[in-house]
Amino acid sequence: MAVAIVLLGPLQDLGRDVPGQVAAPLDWDGLLAAVGPAIAELLRDDRVNIACAGRVLADKTALDARDGDEVALLPPVSGG
Amino acid sequence: MPDVRLLDGPFDPNTLIARFTASNPGLGGVCTFVGEVRSDGDVEALELSHYEPLTLPNMRELADRAMARFDLIDVLVVHRVGVMHPGEPIVCVSAAARHRRCAIDAVDFCMDHLKSAAWFWKREQRAHQWRWIEPRDEDYADLARWSE
Repeated sequence: MAVAIVLLGPLQDLGRDVPGQVAAPLDWDGLLAAVGPAIAELLRDDRVNIACAGRVLADKTALDARDGDEVALLPPVSGG
Repeated sequence: MPDVRLLDGPFDPNTLIARFTASNPGLGGVCTFVGEVRSDGDVEALELSHYEPLTLPNMRELADRAMARFDLIDVLVVHRVGVMHPGEPIVCVSAAARHRRCAIDAVDFCMDHLKSAAWFWKREQRAHQWRWIEPRDEDYADLARWSE
């Protein structure tokens, strides 16, 4: 029973110690605990989004990931 | 019907644009923007990464919004991911409309969104070192021009 955690962009470099999978279910507090204090601090930034099961959460603190879900940590983007 | 593509290999914008305009006969005007990796000092390479579940669906939604907002006949949105070198195309947006202003504005709108509101992350390599590129304040200001 697991939730996958995926880090994108610069978070990949900063979160090398973040586990790829954690036990389900996973809420906001559980996520902050799982990623460690440095990444947790970044996740609190308004510009960092979280997607669960392919949907970006309007309120990331309402995270409710279930078994089989993928939780993506999305830092500020830069395309073009 | 918008043509939206996420490509992991090199592309030739001219080929895509020629096909796009040919498939929309009788258009009043077409406006195209092509972005390339800048030869900027000692930049050796640029890498664009994305998040599969979000990036392409978000680009399709952007194209649909442009179609609705600017009264377009059609729009082409192409974006690269992967490692690119100076001179290689990164992005190509082309809009066809009956009137020029709609086509020009639609391309501007799509580019501002692709720069700072699409699911891409960019890093550049200089002197064999990779460095992530943060969005600039100007990018956010450009995007804010389109808020409704």
